[in-house]
Amino acid sequence: MKQLLTALIAGLLFGAGLTISMMVDPERVLDFLDIFGDWDPTLAFVMGGGLAVYLPIFHFVVKPRKTTVFGESCDLPSATKVDSKLLGGSVLFGLGWGLSGICPGPALSNLSGGLTGIFVFVATMILGMLIAGRLTR
Amino acid sequence: MTDTYLQALLGGMLLGLGASLLMLANGKIAGISGITHQALRSLTSSPSGWRWCFLVGLIVAPLLVAPFGLTLPDAIPGSMWVLAAGGLLVGIGTRVGSGCTSGHGICGIGRLSKRSIVATLTFMATAIATVTVTRHLL
Repeated sequence: MKQLLTALIAGLLFGAGLTISMMVDPERVLDFLDIFGDWDPTLAFVMGGGLAVYLPIFHFVVKPRKTTVFGESCDLPSATKVDSKLLGGSVLFGLGWGLSGICPGPALSNLSGGLTGIFVFVATMILGMLIAGRLTR
Repeated sequence: MTDTYLQALLGGMLLGLGASLLMLANGKIAGISGITHQALRSLTSSPSGWRWCFLVGLIVAPLLVAPFGLTLPDAIPGSMWVLAAGGLLVGIGTRVGSGCTSGHGICGIGRLSKRSIVATLTFMATAIATVTVTRHLL
């Protein structure tokens, strides 16, 4: 029960962070990716801020304890090899992100705005996830 | 530093805090694409309540910050065809590549994972190339 609450709070913090940082605005994302045009570096600070918090907490708190504050083990990825799946998938994701200016977090946070375009994006994103899940199982 | 940069930095720190909380309390990586996919799969198999709770938080959060003038965009650029193609590619790509901007870009790089650093450089480079083509070459 308490872990449902912490997950809800974590989601709220994450969504608030995406909104405050303007990462939810696809136009600004495209301006950030447009490094050969009229480049807007603003969103580099989002990743900078996120890493400034997550990196030290992970290395100084999570890594030494390896357990949560409730004493359960942390679920960390075990894969270490860079393979063609990782690279190919990342290329497809980059293509979609570059076309739309939308990645999964901002897509979901934008749902409450109620714009038609975001429903089209989220519906096809979910379809893509389910197709890929079937193919790679 | 301008106010806009500061706002982006603070927002980034806040989402870093959310990702840290999910690791410290739930022991889970805050990868939105993975959480979404697993939550959908749980409709037919094992339950994953924490994922749905996280997603609800992510979706309603903008409503809580809106009274402070921090709002969602009032337009989504691009035609419906571009958005549909973009959504499909993002959905397939994040599953095949095991992550997106949050799971690889924040959590993975935060863990100094080689896979996540390579993945982030790959999708950033591809996205930059795509924008360069659509904005300047087409």
